[in-house]
Amino acid sequence: MEVTTTWYLVLSAVLFSIGLFGLLTRRNALVMFMCVELMLNAANIAFVAFSGALNDIAGQTAVFFVLVVAAAEVVVGLSIVVALLRRRPSATADDFAELKG
Amino acid sequence: MVDVIVFAVSALIILAGALGVIASKNTVHAALSLVLTFVGVAVLFIQQEVHFLAVVQIVVYGGAVVVLFLFVIMLLGVDTEEDMAIEPIAGQRSSAALTAGVMLALILGGFFLSGDTGNEGNGVALTGRPSLAAPIDSGKTNAVQLGEDLFTRNVLAFEVTGLLLTIATVGAVVMIRNRGGEDLVVDEPGTAVR
Repeated sequence: MEVTTTWYLVLSAVLFSIGLFGLLTRRNALVMFMCVELMLNAANIAFVAFSGALNDIAGQTAVFFVLVVAAAEVVVGLSIVVALLRRRPSATADDFAELKG
Repeated sequence: MVDVIVFAVSALIILAGALGVIASKNTVHAALSLVLTFVGVAVLFIQQEVHFLAVVQIVVYGGAVVVLFLFVIMLLGVDTEEDMAIEPIAGQRSSAALTAGVMLALILGGFFLSGDTGNEGNGVALTGRPSLAAPIDSGKTNAVQLGEDLFTRNVLAFEVTGLLLTIATVGAVVMIRNRGGEDLVVDEPGTAVR
């Protein structure tokens, strides 16, 4: 038995679905961000698997950019959460309803 | 055979971590489960001989991102337990499960049923052909190759990345800055300090 690209792709699809389910069900904004990270990691697994399958370094370059974008996203997202927590005692998604004008 | 064992163990770690993130009542436990997933993904990268990204995965995700999460949780004290038994919106979980299931079916369908069979050897009808523009050269180390690709074919995107990080930093500072002391800083329950 040998590990093929298919295995990585199936794992990536399952991980993405778990992240999506968590994003849709959890109310805590921090956990929702973590679920977004899970989905980005699923994409990274698929990128690296395709990079190996097609013998192309560009897949790995894409993962590099995903990492940077994920880091920037976490910084901005967490500062929104912090700004919200200054006014509200919790960080559930419902509290963001206050943002509407 | 070793490959299969490594894959199976890291896949188990990844999925266990992912389930831990979505099922933990406590936010701190969710953040620590996230570390499991990140480390598992790094192991899979090493297995595919993508060494540079494996290290970056550990340093950036396992180090910076999770520590940032833990800082926010600990400093702001939002590590309260969430009651998982209560469903915020009626039918939310079942419709979310349906959405995730349909998405899983779509992704797997895209992988297995796509028309172009350029890679029959992989057991899956992948779209795409082996690279002509940037093939992986086994004579160079992974980090060297990635660096060359990054600074030749993707140099503009790399510079935009720097701009993006600057904007993110400035944005975070602007949002977190305390404007004119109008916010109440609650230190302990019952005491509000200006």
